[in-house]
Amino acid sequence: MILKPRTLIDKLWEAHSVADLGDGVSLLHIDRIFLHERSGAVALRSLKAAGRTVCRPALAFATIDHIVDTETGRGDHTKFSGGSEFIRAMRNGAGDFGITFFDINDARQGITHVVAAEQGIALPGATMVCGDSHTCTLGGLGALAWGVGSSGIEQALATQTVEERRPQSMRIRCDGRLTADVFAKDLVLSLIGQFGASGGAGFAIEFTGSAVRALPIEARMTLCNMAVEFAGFTGIVAPDDQTIQYVQGRPYAPQGALWEQAIKYWHGLASDDDALFDRDLVVNVSSLAPQVTWGTSPQHVVSTDGAVPDPGAAATGLTDPAQRLSMEAALRYMDLTPGTRMGSIPIDAAFIGSCTNARLSDLREAAAVLRGRKVAPGVTALCVPGSTEVKRAAENEGLDRVFKDAGFEWRESGCSLCFFVGGDNFGGARRVISTTNRNFEGRQGPGVRSHLASPATVAASATLGRIGSVRDLNTP
Amino acid sequence: MQPFTILRAPAAPLMRSDIDTDAIIPSREMTQVGKTGLGSRLFANWRYIDVHQKREERAEFVLNQAPYRHAQVLLAGENFGCGSSREGAVWALHDFGIRCIIAPSFGSIFRANCLRNGLLPIILESTTVEKIAQQMEVSNGSASIVIDLIACTVTDADGTNYPFSIPPQQREMLLRGLDSIGLAINRLPEINLFHENLNRQQPWLFAGHLKD
Ligand code: SF4
Repeated sequence: MILKPRTLIDKLWEAHSVADLGDGVSLLHIDRIFLHERSGAVALRSLKAAGRTVCRPALAFATIDHIVDTETGRGDHTKFSGGSEFIRAMRNGAGDFGITFFDINDARQGITHVVAAEQGIALPGATMVCGDSHTCTLGGLGALAWGVGSSGIEQALATQTVEERRPQSMRIRCDGRLTADVFAKDLVLSLIGQFGASGGAGFAIEFTGSAVRALPIEARMTLCNMAVEFAGFTGIVAPDDQTIQYVQGRPYAPQGALWEQAIKYWHGLASDDDALFDRDLVVNVSSLAPQVTWGTSPQHVVSTDGAVPDPGAAATGLTDPAQRLSMEAALRYMDLTPGTRMGSIPIDAAFIGSCTNARLSDLREAAAVLRGRKVAPGVTALCVPGSTEVKRAAENEGLDRVFKDAGFEWRESGCSLCFFVGGDNFGGARRVISTTNRNFEGRQGPGVRSHLASPATVAASATLGRIGSVRDLNTP
Repeated sequence: MQPFTILRAPAAPLMRSDIDTDAIIPSREMTQVGKTGLGSRLFANWRYIDVHQKREERAEFVLNQAPYRHAQVLLAGENFGCGSSREGAVWALHDFGIRCIIAPSFGSIFRANCLRNGLLPIILESTTVEKIAQQMEVSNGSASIVIDLIACTVTDADGTNYPFSIPPQQREMLLRGLDSIGLAINRLPEINLFHENLNRQQPWLFAGHLKD
């Protein structure tokens, strides 16, 4: 029998499909479930109210990241009124159902997507859901991971399944090699800029090509993190030796004979050479420059030496009137005029954090820029490690000192100001350059204008007091 | 859940693309561990002049205008509901009274959340959505469209019919007001067999601490 060539996603989908529900909808087995206090707490409460139970608690994990304060000495109390109720509901719910819970003071606490990789909970080839859109981050490990809502989490807990319509397949091949001052964040921003924030709608995206192979695992997670900003169902990079090395020895990773068996299977996890994708995109990244967003959608992006575009210009090629309305609304919200050089835009705050860019390698990249430099006067600068483990590792190599000496505040781990929940804020700062993934209106606070960039660019901008990349810095 | 069959109603035009779930419901508006009472917080940043104090309505915002104050249908640009997976966006729309959203495309998690809560997300060509939006504007909101989930068609104010597609299982769930969790629970024996089989093929997935 000759088997039809399959994509990596096909293989993972088929290996987990419990039932075909018709017209491309499958009931998928979920290997891992992660909860956080925002969506997880609601899911558990609702599950309990319905008199339902958790099917396999050993496969579910929970932590606290979204609402918890990130200042030293934090506890259940939050600056966001009502926040502690979410924390307690998460803790009690996890206790009631026997779910492994990384509490506030646990050394394993942190942003779910960072923790899931770090603890070896997410594995290559495994399916995983969390009540959070950035679960796709774990595609960087070759996991089939995606975000669901609270009810999706409830279903996964109660039945170990979720139904999903099978996405179409897209391959984005990135040829060439990123230069040393250009990062995965710049790559993914430029992809969204080129193909549009809805360019991946209906697709699961496999990232391939020499530039992706060359990316370390943490950078692959940055790339996959923003697949959802591209409207993709999820993103994935096929596992390779780097992936296997990354996973080995992590607390929940398989061991001994099972480890040997696992890596044999993982080595075979790739799209077949002649597999057909519904959409194939190819880019060359060798001349890519550092990127920064100007508007309120991640597709509103230019290089840091570029200028704010003109929605009216024929060059932007907008055919959809709704698109143009969005661009005009973005300019108003961002208080920018077309033609303004990005490098002339002053900033009030700089934020290094989030599941996109707050792993150890990100902090190292930012620290490399900050070493021997100072944050510009009047700029509020904040670094929030992606997990307590990242924080500890960073402190072990003295990165905290570099941040603090430069004038950054050094925080406990959590989502923090990646989004505005109602408590913590930028203290009146209006324009923020940020390593996060969303520049939506109000995302980081009412009226706050967010510019997304890589950790290196955020660090450089913090020292310049305006938008700029490492290319704009003088040697210290 | 309330079944969805046929709905005749005006459709509120909110014709921007990429309306994200942070706009549909800002995070700070979800102050309780629960799913209810979010209707007044829907689109808070766009709906109210001063979200922090008096919450005076912004007259130009479509849902504040007379024909749409109780809108059941929303028209939007592409990629509606992109961004955060927060189901609060759907709970807020539902609580406000919205039963159906028509757009050229949707955020995928948002779309799944709609189906889980009895809201019908319909994909139509952007030119069609624009056309319906214009009919609504020209008539000052007095026109109605018909959404028929039995026939899978939308009929605009001029009487033109547009078919839409939805997977049969999802259609069935909406038509009968079924809950997908309940449906999956009915399949537990089959799911457990599948799990055992997967465990035999990939034993490293459920070993050590992960054994139950
Ligand atoms: S860091 Fe930001 S994007 Fe990531 S999970 Fe937290 S709130 Fe969401």
